[in-house]
Amino acid sequence: MEFPGGQRAADSVDLKIQQGECVSIVGRSGCGKTTLLRVLAGLQTLSSGRCVRHTETTSFVFQQPALLPWRSVVGNVMLPLELLSRRRRRPATRKDLRSLRQRADAAIDEVELGDAADQFPYELSGGMRMRVSIARALVTRPDLLLLDEPFAALDDMLRTQLGSLVTELWRTHRFTMVLVTHNIAEAIALSDRICVMHAGRIETVLDNPVTRLAPPQSTEQWDVRRTAEFGEFYGTITDRLRGAAQR
Amino acid sequence: MKRPVRESLITILSVASVAVAVMVAWQLSVQFFDLPKILLPTPWQVLEAGWQRRQELVAASLVTFMTAAISLIVAITIGSGLSILFSQSRLLHRAFFPYVVFLQTVPIVAIAPLLIIWSGYEFRTAVIATVIICLFPIVNNVTTGLQAARVEHRDLFHLYGASRLQTLTRLQIPTAIPYLLLGARISSGLAVIGAIVAEFFVSNGANYVGLGALMTRWQGLLQTDALIAALGMSTLLGLLLFASVDWLGRIFLSRYTRVD
Repeated sequence: MEFPGGQRAADSVDLKIQQGECVSIVGRSGCGKTTLLRVLAGLQTLSSGRCVRHTETTSFVFQQPALLPWRSVVGNVMLPLELLSRRRRRPATRKDLRSLRQRADAAIDEVELGDAADQFPYELSGGMRMRVSIARALVTRPDLLLLDEPFAALDDMLRTQLGSLVTELWRTHRFTMVLVTHNIAEAIALSDRICVMHAGRIETVLDNPVTRLAPPQSTEQWDVRRTAEFGEFYGTITDRLRGAAQR
Repeated sequence: MKRPVRESLITILSVASVAVAVMVAWQLSVQFFDLPKILLPTPWQVLEAGWQRRQELVAASLVTFMTAAISLIVAITIGSGLSILFSQSRLLHRAFFPYVVFLQTVPIVAIAPLLIIWSGYEFRTAVIATVIICLFPIVNNVTTGLQAARVEHRDLFHLYGASRLQTLTRLQIPTAIPYLLLGARISSGLAVIGAIVAEFFVSNGANYVGLGALMTRWQGLLQTDALIAALGMSTLLGLLLFASVDWLGRIFLSRYTRVD
């Protein structure tokens, strides 16, 4: 994978992700995490190699909420449905629009923003905007959800809260999820496997022993960060990152 | 007193103080140098002349305002249409944009006689001349705006396989609206200037009289006081058109407050 200037962004990446799995990619800035995610989304073409996806719909949550400021919350959430509906090849009827609105309302309710559906982005807090961005990604019921450091700009409390929300939604809908993050704790809390990337290569892929400890009906009360395994696994990832940087 | 009210009051008082100071300096200069009325009348004489010719002034101002407003609307329509065409084809943009710049560089005084030959001493000729003056800021700003969508927004549309039409109507045009309004604000000032300059030429023999025609007539009669009164009216017209566009812009832009 190369940047337009010919500079290599990622090289010799070999990664297989199972359906319904949640994989996190961690690594230092500029190591190629976002490029890899953009290739998975089909937003960037490969200079060599191939990317095979057995999915129908892919959604992307950007680092910034990237909401359209001239559309209300419900308008923003309906956007992917409107864009996808062009495949229908006939003008949308009133019934179609009602159906889109219902689906958007359901997605907004899932992120607990039902009361703010008619508000505009400038009227919302940073956390609420990110919730809208998540609802917009989920409204199409994607098979593959890609998240590019979605909580990076939020404070720690909000980050944990939204992390729990995404986990809950993932458990409900069982889409495949790939998360790019700088935050190791976030990666451990959310994913089944963690890829450690360095200088455009995947250095190692680690199975996450911590998520398996979670009770089947786990809620926010159960916090992985309080377990001993969490600290141990955190240390392992940090060592791998440090080791890769020193090589 | 609330802070915004106090701030507004300070602004109004500052502007009014400057106006009063200029008037006083003007009055004193005329008296001190004993200037003849034909060269520089006093502010009071200007007000008096304006009041005496109020009917003519108001009628001519309405004509000029109509010329400027219609030209601005036409320029916005043509300019936005051209920009949309440019945004859809790089070739069209490359081939035609230099000619839009060319229109901007041609002085209206130079092309007005040619327009009169082609279109006659008509209202439409003044409109055409004014549109030519107003067009460039609109095309330039809207073309920039249509290309100004954020990378994440473009990615989002690409991800869901948006058609060119969907991208244009749902992303590019809404993104370009603040740019259009900025262009319209610049052009609103130019529209009044363009209308008056066009009237200098076109009103000569036409069956309508705008401020430009009045100014030419009063200049010929050496009625400097009335000429300055007409100048004041043209300034007021410019402010009125600018304020109207600005007000409309604020309404449209209330949803565009930056969010990320």
